Amino acid sequence: MDFELMIESWPKLFAAIPVTLSLAASSISIGFIVAIGVSLLRLSKNRLLSNVAYFFVYLFRSTPLLVQIFLIYYGSGQFKDFFESIGLWVFFREAWFCAILSLTLNTGAYTSEIIRGGIQSVPFGQIEAAKAVGMSKGLLFRRITFPIAIRQALPAYGNEIILMVKSTSLASTITILDITGIAQKIISATWSPVEIFIIAGAIYLTINFLITRIVQWLEIWLSPQLFRDRKSWWKSLRENGQQAAEVQQEFR
Amino acid sequence: MKKLVILAAAAVFALAGQAVAQEKVRIATEGAYAPWNYKDSAGNLVGFELDLAKDLCKRMSAECTVVEQAWDGIIPALQAGKYDAIMAGMSITAKRKKVISFSRAYAATPAKFVVLKSSPNASFKTMESDIDLAEVSDAEKASVSELVAKFKGKKIGVQVATTHENFLNEYLGKDVTILTYKTQEQLDLDLQAGRVDAALASMSYWAPLLKGDKGKDMVAVGPNLTGGPFGAGVGVGIRQADGKLVDMFSKAINESIADGTVKKLAIMHFGFDASVKK
Repeated sequence: MDFELMIESWPKLFAAIPVTLSLAASSISIGFIVAIGVSLLRLSKNRLLSNVAYFFVYLFRSTPLLVQIFLIYYGSGQFKDFFESIGLWVFFREAWFCAILSLTLNTGAYTSEIIRGGIQSVPFGQIEAAKAVGMSKGLLFRRITFPIAIRQALPAYGNEIILMVKSTSLASTITILDITGIAQKIISATWSPVEIFIIAGAIYLTINFLITRIVQWLEIWLSPQLFRDRKSWWKSLRENGQQAAEVQQEFR
Repeated sequence: MKKLVILAAAAVFALAGQAVAQEKVRIATEGAYAPWNYKDSAGNLVGFELDLAKDLCKRMSAECTVVEQAWDGIIPALQAGKYDAIMAGMSITAKRKKVISFSRAYAATPAKFVVLKSSPNASFKTMESDIDLAEVSDAEKASVSELVAKFKGKKIGVQVATTHENFLNEYLGKDVTILTYKTQEQLDLDLQAGRVDAALASMSYWAPLLKGDKGKDMVAVGPNLTGGPFGAGVGVGIRQADGKLVDMFSKAINESIADGTVKKLAIMHFGFDASVKK
């Protein structure tokens, strides 16, 4: 183990953190908006819209992200004339755009299913109650369905965020110098993959540690009732149960 | 009794001789660097180095197997013992010599820039058409400056972990944006798409490509670059502990060059004699 090399390479890898973070942040935030749209289409009563959304989800969930990145980057290069004619080549020319586009579409597909699950788990009684007080469709979604759905979906979405941070490493295959890209560049000059990947791995580990903490904090903030002191919760449940049993006895 | 001992000894030697004859050598190649090594339409590994490996193994009377290995992990995997030798168009450089050993060189080809024919640099030439970076004359130095000035602010693509990348880092690193690719084929796609302004690789790679359909829009420009960061030709990469294997390969290469086999194979694959005489 070459510790000197590790100390020497550490700042170079550290300097690439903003690249990885901005790839992750932009694709996760744009992807989230895409996902809300897709999940609503998916739940639409219109069969055509629902099928189109399902096809999108199926396409991006069932092919490897690496293949998607390659197809979008090198594929668009093959059809340069076409993209030039519709004026989109200025975007597709940039590796950054292609990386963010494929990451966004990929996370959009996964996240839409997470949100769909959340929306469908909203108890019907809550929706009924909202309708009973005369909420409009839009208000009902904004105030009742969406907040409850997000609470339900948060643990699964936390998973998706972590997966996305790791997935950004695939952008290194199309010339982007993120943490993995820099790591590979150093390895190609020093032929010491173990030392360099240990540091790169440690950086990803730290980023994802912080993300899991933030997601956990969000979960507690959004659903505090789930995180009350477990012991007293069980106790009150037992007592209530006993009471219920006694009540039942009386009625017999 | 004495006779018996001699007989037994002879038998042992004969067996030992046979063991040498059946020495197993595992050779790694990349399979994506035509015409050195690449895959035909059926997916078989073919190319100059595959043919040369066959010839060298026959001369060493070794039983060889050729395995495919991605370029960026080709030296680490050699050191991890996944195979015993690398024949993948790998130039002998001082930097690589710190980590692995090399046989004597079997081929050498200059490096050259390639641009699209539609590029403003399509007719770029330097005063000196051949620059040997091992010992740079004043005229050659001026030509290097010409090169730097020409590509200033441009995007130049190169395959990662190559002598060509080292050259760009060393000579043009401050003036151009260097984009690195996992394989040469990916770089070609981006050159065609106009994502890079120029690509740097060995002339041995460019020559057949430019003749073919894939290279019909491309043209080689600038000087022929050799020496310095490009090293002293292409050799067989071997673990430093395997001194015996280094000698075996060097001896076989000497023979193969002496009887013209390397020259024949080079002309067949590159279209010019890339064999190293000395």
